[in-house]
Amino acid sequence: MTAYLARRALQAIVVVVLVTLIVFLLVRLAPGGARAAVLGSGQSGSPFLLQYLSWLGRVAHGDLGFSLIRNQSVGSLLAASLPRTLALTVTSTVIALAVAIPAGILQAARRGSAADHVLRGLTLVFYGLPSFVLGSVLILFFAVDRHYFGAEGPQAAGFTGVIADWHDLTLPVLTLSLMTIAIFARYMRSAAVDSLAQDYVEAARARGAGDRRVLIRHVLRNSLIPVVTLVGLSVPQIVGGALIVESLFNIQGVGWEIWQAALGHDVAVTLGFSLVIGVAAVVGSLMADIGYALLDPRVRHSLT
Amino acid sequence: MTMDQLTPESADESPVPGAVVARQGSPVRGSRGRHAGPAAAGLPSAAELWAARPSWGRRSFAAIRANPLASAGAGIIVAMAAFCFIGPLLYHTDQLHVFLSRANLSPGAGHPLGTDGDGNDELGRLMIGGRISLEVGAASGLLAAIVGSLWGAAAGYAGGVADAVMMRVVDAGIAIPTVVLLLVMVSIVRPSTWVLVLFIAATSWLSTARLVRAEAITLRVREYVQAVRVMGGSGMRVVVRHIAPNALGTIAVNVSFQIANAILVLATLSYLNLGVQFPSVDWGQMIYLAVQAIDNGYWWQIVAPGTAIMLVVVAFTMLGDGLRDGIGQDV
Repeated sequence: MTAYLARRALQAIVVVVLVTLIVFLLVRLAPGGARAAVLGSGQSGSPFLLQYLSWLGRVAHGDLGFSLIRNQSVGSLLAASLPRTLALTVTSTVIALAVAIPAGILQAARRGSAADHVLRGLTLVFYGLPSFVLGSVLILFFAVDRHYFGAEGPQAAGFTGVIADWHDLTLPVLTLSLMTIAIFARYMRSAAVDSLAQDYVEAARARGAGDRRVLIRHVLRNSLIPVVTLVGLSVPQIVGGALIVESLFNIQGVGWEIWQAALGHDVAVTLGFSLVIGVAAVVGSLMADIGYALLDPRVRHSLT
Repeated sequence: MTMDQLTPESADESPVPGAVVARQGSPVRGSRGRHAGPAAAGLPSAAELWAARPSWGRRSFAAIRANPLASAGAGIIVAMAAFCFIGPLLYHTDQLHVFLSRANLSPGAGHPLGTDGDGNDELGRLMIGGRISLEVGAASGLLAAIVGSLWGAAAGYAGGVADAVMMRVVDAGIAIPTVVLLLVMVSIVRPSTWVLVLFIAATSWLSTARLVRAEAITLRVREYVQAVRVMGGSGMRVVVRHIAPNALGTIAVNVSFQIANAILVLATLSYLNLGVQFPSVDWGQMIYLAVQAIDNGYWWQIVAPGTAIMLVVVAFTMLGDGLRDGIGQDV
């Protein structure tokens, strides 16, 4: 078990190093002024490895660079925008799981039924519907036509400030969670179909367990384990979705900052933020694997 | 359909030996034929069946026809391509000049889908804009699938340290969301439309690489691959002549998904005002302009291009799903 975890952690470290290398190569491609701003002056002449290590050293000390356009350090921009993005993504992910898990199990249990076909069609449509189109249509109907909710997201600062403004938070969360449900439901359906075909389901039925008991005690509980992996692996997709939602609803979160930086050629910000997001995603998938190993007795015992 | 189910079985028994035998000349083939000939007179041999099988293209066509999901997807794609490339020949509109006197008209006589903020006819603009969406989508989807297949096949066949390093690079690339990676690139260089193809392909080949690597790992231990190795075939020959053709089904399915994804990514980038630049127009840019004035409630300016994007993306996804089901039955 510990050997497995150590190997998995080592692998994650390699991936993190490669993420920094990819970002660094992009820094080197940036035009002179922007590159100097990120790498520090007097560095442009030194050899590649020395530049990389000195940049890595400063990043490791929390120095992500300085935005000349915003006249602020990248770290302080990140500190201000991250709580808003967390409020948006955490709320949406929780809602998406609460809908997608029962929906997927229902589809698997009533495979081929009308409900299954309707839900499959809906997930396909939401999968193909870009989130900015979905969000725009929601704004047109719920904010412009009927004044139920705000057309602009919460402008308050901090995690609790954003959550408290439910009037403005509803539409962004609805957009992001519908998109996430489409990803999760497809996965949950196939996970539940797999569970239903397992021997323990047949054994439970042979012991006389009813449909409800089989679905809740056996299929649901066993399908919950891969959900941990799913959430961990979906971090990049959810962050990408949050970027679109933040740009549409004008929420000044992490994604919005990257978007504005890209529009203004603010390379220091796009690179610093993408580095943090990439590392967060690697950590997310590592934690998903560890969680999976701890939760699933079959994996836990086979690894000892 | 019966033919479809027949060929893979015979293919499973001796597809590649058959092909190798035919190339290497008569001795082996002859002795086998003499042996099998009189015993099973009138029945075609496995090699003959293999030679008589329908071409790969014809089999995929049959697979699409047999699957309602795939044929619906293919039908929508053909209809949308006709709409974008033939439509403007039949429905003439002026998309170059600004006509403020007829800006933001709702759908009605003369303008079936209304007009946008510059007074351009929405229906005509939808046709023109679809061209770039489809062209860039197809080109970058195809490019991503090719690059990803080569990377994945090489990693899967090489194995060991090379495989591990190549796949960790893919892991690192996948960790950064596609949109974020694209925004980083765009913040460094503003691309022309054809550089966009490279950018989109550069950020989306990673998933194909994972898929094809998994396929290559299962293929490299098959008996016919080992047979070629025993006969002295080089690694290059194995990858190009045996692993790549046998992974073609997986790759074909993936091309369809990659195109769907590329169309979505291009639309997203244009919606962020960082993709196709004025005076070129695509569906994402139409939505960007409409969203700037969303408070006015001109719903047709968002619903029309939005529906077009969704239709094409869903169509390519359906085609991919259907092809996968068809190939799944095959194998």
